[in-house]
Amino acid sequence: MNIWLLFLAMALGTFASRFSFILLFGRVEVPEQLKSALRFVPPAVLSAIVIPAVARLDGQLLISFANPRLMAAAVAAVVAWRTKSVLWTIAVGMVVLWGLQAALTLLSGY
Amino acid sequence: MDQEPTKSTQAILQDTPIARFWTGFRALSPIVIGVIPFAMIAGIAAIEVGLSPLEGQSMSLIVFAGAAQLAGMQLIDSGATPIVMILTVWIINLRFMLYSASLGQHFKNIKTIWKAILAFILTDQAYAVSILEFEKNAEKPHKHWYYFGAAVLLWITWQLGTAAGLLLGTEVPESWSLDFAIPLTFIALLVPALKDRPAAFAALAAAVVVVLALGLPYNLGLPLAALAGIGVGMFTERGSQ
Repeated sequence: MNIWLLFLAMALGTFASRFSFILLFGRVEVPEQLKSALRFVPPAVLSAIVIPAVARLDGQLLISFANPRLMAAAVAAVVAWRTKSVLWTIAVGMVVLWGLQAALTLLSGY
Repeated sequence: MDQEPTKSTQAILQDTPIARFWTGFRALSPIVIGVIPFAMIAGIAAIEVGLSPLEGQSMSLIVFAGAAQLAGMQLIDSGATPIVMILTVWIINLRFMLYSASLGQHFKNIKTIWKAILAFILTDQAYAVSILEFEKNAEKPHKHWYYFGAAVLLWITWQLGTAAGLLLGTEVPESWSLDFAIPLTFIALLVPALKDRPAAFAALAAAVVVVLALGLPYNLGLPLAALAGIGVGMFTERGSQ
């Protein structure tokens, strides 16, 4: 598929969500059922993206202390909770990952 | 006692559309500091997954949605089918419907073309800053100008940050594992979203389903897990009422 068609499709759906009720407000009532469902979109989707990205090593599921990405992600989650800062979460998560990767490289050298 | 009317008259004189625009612009300005690295990651990630600088910048210009852009690029990287990429982006951005519903009541009496422009630049940050102001100062006029000031600043920041990331991205070696910044960004957004029990259960259910569905082709586990999470969240909420 052409990358520009892909972007256009992504953009149209995104704009439809953004425009939906700003456009419709006053004409229709927002259904309660929809409101209560949409509330769970961020936790559900973000979790479904984060888990495969951090719990896999070289394509294999590895839920273990030996997975540096999983360990760095766990530390980052604590930082996110304490600081509520995207910047700090990324900074600490990256530094922990680099540290663990360096340690693993050293260990495997012996 | 005489002071009250004087004050409010003064306030009305001061609350011109332009003044409201700059108040919104200034209200968002501290948030910019946190958005710059996020926008740079969008640019760096575009290079990492093999997009050209023109494609990377265009994605920021027309899709303009941080989390969804990063998820889309992650899926491009893992070779997902276009339909899965498109659906994933749509699902992630469904939350904008909530913002749209919430802001819509304040933007009732403006032209449709204006509504479209305001909707196009809607973000988590512009929404959060504006709705706080609208609740605090409900009587102030020109609400959409306040929102426009906040939203436009975030839009500019996102475009410049993406451009900076695109310029840097080509020079970043793979051993730096900068791709890990993508899930880290999502962790930073996920943790504050776990604000109550139903939300936490939604995230947990999505996590379990996505792990169970890892064997499915084309990253189909992602939309499945998202739907399962939303369902469990609603079920938990109903159970606790």
